[in-house]
Parts: sequence; structure tokens; C-alpha cells
Amino acid sequence: MVGHIKIDKVSKSFTNPDGSVVKALNEVELDIKPGSFVSLIGPSGCGKTTLLRAISGLALADGGDVYVDEEKVTAPGHERGFAFQQANLYPWLNIEKNIAFGLKARGIYKTHKEDVKEYIEMVGLKGFEKSYPHQLSGGMNQRASLARALVGHPKVLLLDEPLGALDAFTRMNMQDEIIRIWKEQQMTMVMVTHDVDEAVYMSDQVIIMTPRPAKIEQVIDIELGRPRARGNIDFIKYRTRILEILNYAGENHEPEYYL
Amino acid sequence: MVIKQIKKVSAILSALLAIQVHIRMPNSPLQPEASKPYFLYLLYAALAVFVVSYLLSFFVKPVDKKLESTGPLLAGGVLLLNIVNIVCSKLALLPVLFFPSLDRVFGVYVNDWELLLKCIGSSGKLLLIGFSIGAVIGFGTGILVGFNKKAAYWFNPFVKIIGPIPATSWSPLVLSLFATSYQAAVFMIALSVWFPITVMTSNGIANVQQTYFEVADTLGAGKFWKIFRVGIPAALPSVFLGFFYATTGSFVTLVTAEMFGCKLGIGWYLNWQKSMMLYANVYAGLILLAVLCNLIITLLFKVKDRLLNWQKGVIKW
Ligand SMILES: Nc1ncnc2c1ncn2[C@@H]1O[C@H](COP(=O)(O)OP(=O)(O)O)[C@@H](O)[C@H]1O
Ligand SMILES: [Mg+2]
Repeated sequence: MVGHIKIDKVSKSFTNPDGSVVKALNEVELDIKPGSFVSLIGPSGCGKTTLLRAISGLALADGGDVYVDEEKVTAPGHERGFAFQQANLYPWLNIEKNIAFGLKARGIYKTHKEDVKEYIEMVGLKGFEKSYPHQLSGGMNQRASLARALVGHPKVLLLDEPLGALDAFTRMNMQDEIIRIWKEQQMTMVMVTHDVDEAVYMSDQVIIMTPRPAKIEQVIDIELGRPRARGNIDFIKYRTRILEILNYAGENHEPEYYL
Repeated sequence: MVIKQIKKVSAILSALLAIQVHIRMPNSPLQPEASKPYFLYLLYAALAVFVVSYLLSFFVKPVDKKLESTGPLLAGGVLLLNIVNIVCSKLALLPVLFFPSLDRVFGVYVNDWELLLKCIGSSGKLLLIGFSIGAVIGFGTGILVGFNKKAAYWFNPFVKIIGPIPATSWSPLVLSLFATSYQAAVFMIALSVWFPITVMTSNGIANVQQTYFEVADTLGAGKFWKIFRVGIPAALPSVFLGFFYATTGSFVTLVTAEMFGCKLGIGWYLNWQKSMMLYANVYAGLILLAVLCNLIITLLFKVKDRLLNWQKGVIKW
């Protein structure tokens, strides 16, 4: 199986306009198994997005390296898909053209036309191919954005709070949908979330990060069968444990993690 | 219901009133007599159009809607002409040299149509050539400045210094530099078009959301794809604004440039008629200019609606 991610002592700092330096990642080490579903959780500002961007190549680390399937990441590429918190669809393209964008950019659209159809159906947007993003709901746009990231068959899909903007009901549906796609496509998914329930419900592994200097606090394997039930006693045990770690780790208590 | 009917017939009533005034009130003896009552003919034509649309409105829904919304406006327009007619031709309250009768103004279109048509053709050609050159170069520089930091560094001061100077103020220099005054006019129009399009294109590109490019990066798009399929489409609303400014600016430059050295064109016509003190012809030329400029801008917005249909109402015309 493909999609092995190795993060080797990755550090990243930012310089603020006033000259002060923020250490967003401090020698982070992590090994993500091919084909697994991993969640990153932690208080806001602890470097989750920065880590995800380092894996994708959108922002390169100052120190250390990221490898995907033994290949060093030096620039963004289609084999590492990225789903942003906002759908970020191109407003001047209809849904179908948005989803086909990557294939066209790579010059392989002609041979992959069927894939576009397939993914439109997979995310439940059949019949909306010709609609423009502003004509559809936030949830529909988010699904189109997922299809756009998936249709190029990336080895790894990086999701930065992809469901943060959705209402609770749509959100739960989308969680199931993402898990279904993940199983079908057999790819590695790394998802940033604020929602402990979501992390436990979806992941093989939950990675808890702490802020300042940002590092990985703990990696928890979720040994629950699938499909999972949210009310189950083991589920609640995992949730409590993660909440305890988060609570202990973040002295400057930020309520966001209970979202 | 009654109000709706009043709105719908208002234009007809206003036209009838104007016709009655024109027939029953004698023209002032101070005002030179027109060869024929051309304003009256225009009123008859307008009345015919109003009556036909009124009858049509009972069978065609869109005409009904349109007539209800624009009826009062048309009525007001006709009323305004009616008042102008009373003030200028009937009572001659204003100096008759500068304020000719409407009969004479509209008569110009009948008596001088051949020359006017030639002028429209000449101006249209000049505008098209100048605009195209300015737009192509402006769009090109805009893209270059928008995407390339080095180009921006060297071009920006140039754009800042040259740009805000009204293009026509170059005329003393340009007229002696170019072989013909026609070339000089083309240059000035191109210059006046180049500036707003460059600025609005590069601004539009510089303000494109960074995430649009990042999305393209993670989907495997190359540099050119990002420029032409992300940067430029995202900047189009701003580019369109640039075209809008350029169009309105080019009219000014066109008319002024034609007054300098052209032997034909609407600007030349206005200038020539003014120098011969034929103010009826000057008004006719101005009205023609207003109609043509409006037509071009309406066309521009039609193109915008096609191109930017993904975007909802930016500026309405
Ligand atoms: N482009 C940037 N410039 C300056 N500081 C940044 C930038 N991106 C992130 N940071 C800082 O790095 C830290 C980690 O940010 P981020 O990775 O976005 O956190 P998270 O996604 O966990 O909320 C924060 O303190 C943030 O202010
Ligand atoms: Mg973040």
C-alpha cells in the first residue's frame, strides 16, 4: 500500500512583522502508516496547519525533512491532495469543471473523463454539474472540494478542518462519507480537527499536539472496529482520555477543543 | 391597477401633448424657420412606437412589464423635449443662435446624414484601432506587472508617472512626432486606454486570494496553468472595471484628438460646425455621440454578463 509519511525532526518558525519569532513546529517526529486514517488534534495555534502544509509542500520546513513513500517533499504535488477548511472552489468554474481542474492541468482529462463523473456521483452532486459554487450550499461546496482533491488519485489526502464550517447534521454525514471514500480508495488521510468525537469516530490514530513550542504530546491508537458507534462505552473512554490529555497539556485553557 | 394603466399610457399622453403644443402654438418669429417640422415627425414616430407597444402589451408579458417600468420615464423624456421646444422655438426665451429649434436640430439628421455616417465610420475606426492597441498592450503589461516582481519593480514607477497625465495633453509633442495627425490620435487613444487596463489588471492579479494558487499547486498545475487558468480568471472582474474606465476615457480622448488634426469624425464635426456657428448641427452631433457612447457601454456590459456570469452584480449599467 502507498502513502507512507515520515516526518523527520521538522521545525518551522515564522517571523512576525514586529520582528518576534514564533516557533510553529519544534523538531516534530512522526511516522504515519500507509493507508491509515490519522487525526491531528490540539489547541488552535499549536501548529497543526503548519504541519499539514509541510507535508503537502505548500510551506517547506526550516529544519528536518518530510518523506512520502521515501521521497523527499520539496514542492506541492498532485500525489499529496489538500482539502482546505474553506471549500475554495473557483467561483468562475461550474462544479464539474472545478472537479476536473487538476486533471486538465495535468493534461490527463481526456483519458479520465469517467473519473470526474464517478466522483461527482460519489459525493452526491449528480445533477449539479453545471451549477456554480455560489448557487450551492456550503456543504455541497465542501463535498465538491473533496471530489476535486480526490479525483486525481493522490496517495495522501491532507484535510485541514474540512468539516469545521458545516452544521452538525451535515458534518456527521460527511464523516461517514469521507470514511467510505478512504476505505474505497485505500489512501492515507491526515485530518486536522478540533472535535474530539470526530477524531475518535474516524481515526486509526489520534495525534495530540501541544503549543509553544509545538510538539507532539501523545499518539493514541484507536482500537475500535468499524463502523463505529458514538455512544459505545469504549468510544467514550477514548474521548475522556484525549480530553484529559488536552486539558493537561493546554494550561492556557482554550474552549475551542470542546466544539 | 389604475396606477399601472396610467403608467402604461403615460408615454402616449405625453407624446400627444407635445404634438398638440407643436401644432397649435406658433413658432417665435425670432427663430429661423426649419425646412420641415422634423421634431413633429420624431414625435409622430415616438407616438407610433408607444401605441404599438401599448397594444402589444396586452398579448406579450415582457412588453407589459417593460412598458409599466419605463413608461413614466419615456413620458418624462418627451415632456422635457416638449418644454425645451416651448422655451426655444415657441417663445425664443434663450438666444436663438445658441439654442436653435428642435425642428432644426433633428433636421440635421435628415439633411446631413451622409456626412454624419462618414463621421461615425471614421470615429469608429479610429476608436477601434486605438482601443485595440491600448487594450492589448495594457492587458499584457498588467499581466506582466501582476505576476512578475521584477517587471513590477521596473514598470510601476513608469505607470505611475505616465498614467495619470491626460492622454490629450501629449498632443503638442505627439503631433510633431508622428507623421500624420491620424497616427497621433491613435497613439493618444491607445495611451488613454493602456493606463486603466494595466492598473486594474495588475491590481486584480495581485489581489487574487493566495489559496486559489495553493489549490492549483496541490492539484498539480504548472506555472502557465496557474497564470492563465487561475490568476487571470480570478482577476477578470477587476480587468473588466479597467475596460470600463478605459472606454469612458477613450471617448474623451477620441473627441479631443479629432478636434486637432482629423479631417473627419464626430469630434471634427462638432468642432467644424461650432466654428461655423451652426449650433443645431453641434447639438445633433452631441446627441449622436451620447447615443453611440451609450451603445458601446451597453455592449461592453453585455460582454461582461457573458464572461462574468459566475459573478453576481458588480456594477450595473
Ligand atoms: N504565515 C504565517 N506567518 C506568521 N505566523 C504564522 C504563519 N502561519 C502560522 N503562523 C503562526 O504559527 C503558529 C501555528 O499556526 P497554525 O499551524 O496555523 O496553527 P493551528 O493550525 O494549529 O491553529 C501560530 O502561532 C501562528 O500564529
Ligand atoms: Mg489551522
